[in-house]
This record gives sequence, C-alpha cells and structure tokens, in this order.
Amino acid sequence: MSAAVKFEGVSAAYGARTVLANVGAAFPAGAVTGIVGPNGAGKTTLLRVALGLMPMSAGQVVVLDRPLAQWSRGGLAKALAYLPQGSDAHWPLLARELVALGRLPHRAAFAPLAAADMQAVDAALARCDATAFSSRRMSELSAGERARVLFARALATGAPVLLADEPAAYLDPAHQLGLMALLRDEAARGKAVAVTLHDLSLASRHCDEIIVLSEGHNAAQGAPAAALSDATLAQVFGIAAERAGDGGVRAIRRL
Amino acid sequence: MEGAATRRLTMLVLLVALVIAFLASFLIGPADIAPGDLFAGLFGGHGAAGVIARSLRLPRAALAIVVGAALGASGAALQGLFRNPLAEPGVTGVTSCAGLGAVVAIYFGLAARQPLLLPVFAIMGALGSAGILYLLSRRGAGAIAMVLAGVAVASLATALTALALSFAHNPYAMADMVFWMMGSLKDSKPSDLYFSAPPTVIGILLLMSAGRGLDALTLGEEAAQSLGIDVGSVRGRVVGGVALATGAATAMAGAVSFVGMVVPHVLRRFCGYEPSRLILPSALGGAVLVTVADVAIRLIAPDGQLLLGVVTAMLGAPFFFWLIIRLRMES
Repeated sequence: MSAAVKFEGVSAAYGARTVLANVGAAFPAGAVTGIVGPNGAGKTTLLRVALGLMPMSAGQVVVLDRPLAQWSRGGLAKALAYLPQGSDAHWPLLARELVALGRLPHRAAFAPLAAADMQAVDAALARCDATAFSSRRMSELSAGERARVLFARALATGAPVLLADEPAAYLDPAHQLGLMALLRDEAARGKAVAVTLHDLSLASRHCDEIIVLSEGHNAAQGAPAAALSDATLAQVFGIAAERAGDGGVRAIRRL
Repeated sequence: MEGAATRRLTMLVLLVALVIAFLASFLIGPADIAPGDLFAGLFGGHGAAGVIARSLRLPRAALAIVVGAALGASGAALQGLFRNPLAEPGVTGVTSCAGLGAVVAIYFGLAARQPLLLPVFAIMGALGSAGILYLLSRRGAGAIAMVLAGVAVASLATALTALALSFAHNPYAMADMVFWMMGSLKDSKPSDLYFSAPPTVIGILLLMSAGRGLDALTLGEEAAQSLGIDVGSVRGRVVGGVALATGAATAMAGAVSFVGMVVPHVLRRFCGYEPSRLILPSALGGAVLVTVADVAIRLIAPDGQLLLGVVTAMLGAPFFFWLIIRLRMES
C-alpha cells in the first residue's frame, strides 16, 4: 500500500496553543484510515493541515508524492475531497445541484456541466443510494438522506483521496453502518480514505488503519487491534474496552 | 440539468417586461405629449417634445434600469455571500453610506468642480460599509449580526448625512435629506447615466465572476476552499462589486431600499437557489421593479411629489417583516 498522504513531523498551532506536535502519519491508498482521539486531540486539525486550510509551524505534508507547497489550489481540489464536520447545505438546492458542486474543480469559469460531470454526478448519487431523491430539495430530505447527498458531493469530486471529518456524528446506528460501508467501498476502489471518528467500536470494526491522537501527539497507529490496545485506551481515553473474539472493541466503560 | 428551460423562460419574460416598462416610463410623464411626437423627438426634434424626450424621459427611464439592475444584482450576491435572504444593500447600510459619500461630494462643492467625484465619493462611502460587511463575513457572522450592524451603520450614515447637509447652509436641506433617504429618479439628467452606468456594469460583472464561488459557499467555507475556491477573493469581488454598483446607483437616485431583498427572493422560485443563477436575473428583475415603481408613482401622483423609495419601502418593509417571521418559523 502506498501512502497517498504522508505527514512528516507536522506541528501546528492556533496562536500560542499547540494542536499538533511532530506528528508522523500516513493515509494509504486502498484503505480506510480512522483517526481517533479525545476532544481537542487534533483530529480535525490533521485533516485541515493536509488540505492546506491550516498552516504548519513545522514539518511537511506530502500529497500523492508531491509536497503540499507545490500543489496549486485547483490541483489540490482535484486530489483531495473533503467532507467537513457538520456539513449541511445553506440553501435548499436540489440534491442533484448540490452533488454537482463537487464538480467545480473540473469546470472552467462559466462553463456549463459537461457530459463527464453529469456522469460523475449520476455515479456518485447511485453509489450513495441517493438517486431516488436526487431531484428533491435538500430542505425536504431527512437527516440521513441529506448526509448521503453531502457524501455523494464529496464522491462526485472524483478525488483519489477522501477526507471526512466526523461524518458519523449525527447519524443513527443504521446510517452509521451504511456510511462506513460507503467508505469501505471507496477504499476498495483504490482511494485513500481518512475519517475522524468518536465511536471506537465503529473505528475498530471498519477501518484498516487507526491513528490515535492525544493532545496533538501521535499516541499509536497501526491495525485497529494493535493501535487500540488496552494500554492506549487507558492512557489516552481513560477507558477500558470489552472486546469481541477478533479483538474489535465491543463496548467501553470508564476506568 | 432540469429547470434550464424554466430559467430561460424567466429571463425572456423579464426582458419582455423590461421593454414594456421602459416604453411606459418613456411615454408617461407630467407633460402630456403624444407618443409619436416623443419618438420623433428622440431623433432630432427641436421643439418641447425633443427636449423632453432626450433630456428628461430617456435619462429617467434608462436610469431606472441602471439603478434597479445595480440593486437587484447586489442583493442577490450579498444574499449568496451571507447565505441569508435578508442581506441586501439597504439593510446592510451600503446605500446609506453611499448617500453620505454623495452628499459630501455635492454639498462641499467637489462635484461642481469635477462631476466624476460624485460617483467616486458615493462608491467610496459604499466601500466603507461594504468593508464592514467584509469583516463580518470573514468572521462568519450570522444574519442577526449582519442586520444589526447594518442598522448601526445606516443610522450613523443618516445622521452624518443630516450633519453634512446642515453644515452646507443649504436652503433646501430638508428636501434634500428626504431625497437621500428615500431616493427618486425625478430630474434625472443624461450625465447621471454616463456616470452611473459604467461602474454599475463593471460591478455586476464582478459579482457574476464571484457566482461559482458563492455556489460553493452553500457547502460552507472550508468545503468551498477544498473545492479550489479562493474564498477571500470571492468576498472581495462581492464587496467590490456591490460597492461599485450600489454606490454609483445611489449617487444618482438616492437610497432606494428593499429592491435587492425582494427581487432575488421572488426569482428563486423560477431560477433555483444557486447564487450564480440569480445574479443576472436579479439585475433584470430589479430593473423591471424599479422601472415599474417609477411609472407607478407618476401615475399615482402626477405632480411628482411621491418619491421612488417610498413605494419600494412600502412594498419591501412588510416583505422584510414577513421574511423574518418565516425564517424564525423554519429554524
């Protein structure tokens, strides 16, 4: 597995507050990488740094074998698709129109949607099982349906790297599982998928790789069973896990 | 995409409506002149009909289009930037500040020395309040902050306008104050058109160039940036475009309010919600609304005592109220 996104000694700060300290990590292509950690551990910041939305104070990020600094704004937009936390539509666009926004990096100024754009939109809607309500307004959809359309928007970008920040946060359990299945599908298509998660059980069961962040440090990483070891859970989260036969986290309790 | 036919039809209807309204505006006025004489007067008649056609009716009808287009497009773009249907040049204080700039230019004799200074000062005034909008939108301010800041800025600009008028020792200060607060196209001159049309056109083009970015902002700022949109540049173009168009329009017509709020809202039903699809139709729709309103006041009060802004505010203010109630119910 080659690393689509590599973090090399990355540090970042909001003013005087350090949020990432010397983090080394990688998002491999063809895998789902889960980023976990307590609130304020730097999960979102890690994604924002990779997107160039947040400056680094040290280190570098390499995206598809090219340092971030060498990417043009438009090039990076085609390489990285981003689904921010709490995504929503500020105007009640038709679901289809919203998904088509994902094609913006591929369109010249004032150019209409090309046939390839339409195809990408249709394919993204179909993969998210959202075709049925594609001509309804976002305001008329349920939260679960909206989440699928917003996810389809990120897919329509067609980027080889998909970064999703807490996509499961406001979904019911069935939709959470559906979302993780979508993420797995994208990884199976060869994409590098990185997702921040609060639910350790989801993370341990649906991710290939786990990065555990703690106060901006990289506390552990690797396969779920190894990265989410009892020692790490106790030290970073202050919890203990009950495990299934395969080592996956089944339930947690406070230490 | 679906709806493209509806959008084309909407544009066509707006264009036809604009032509009819423009003709009505040209043909209707206090002086009772036959349409044939007026048209003849356009092309070289030397009598009263020629003077009225070329120096009064044509500039007034054309200026209505410029002012309406400026306000409609500005409203559509501001609503896109703030992702809020309450945003428009009047509510955000841009027109009041443009009026202040114009008053300073006129009553301190600057515009008499160099007529170009009138639109320049108005645009600078508009830029001042638009700069505040820029800062607000950069900090992700919500609708309430935007409206309240608009109230504060507009109150201050109105007070400063009154102050400037009283310092100017102008016997017509009170009448002029009403003009700057309510707006009017009465006494439009051909030169008004030359000074307001070019900045308005440039402003609307700037706003249109920001359309894609405004669409992307529907997803939020960071998602828009991840789509390759330079959000800072989008903000700058909206603020600059609004200042140019609204500033130039206000310099000639005073503060005509609510056009920028009503027009995009009505057109969303036909053109869709994407901001980029609303800017040009809103320019057309604003032109239709202002032209029709300007014809209406001449029919209601042929003596010319009714001001344009009175009519737009009487239509727009209840609409504003209704919109607030509806937004509250939705959230």
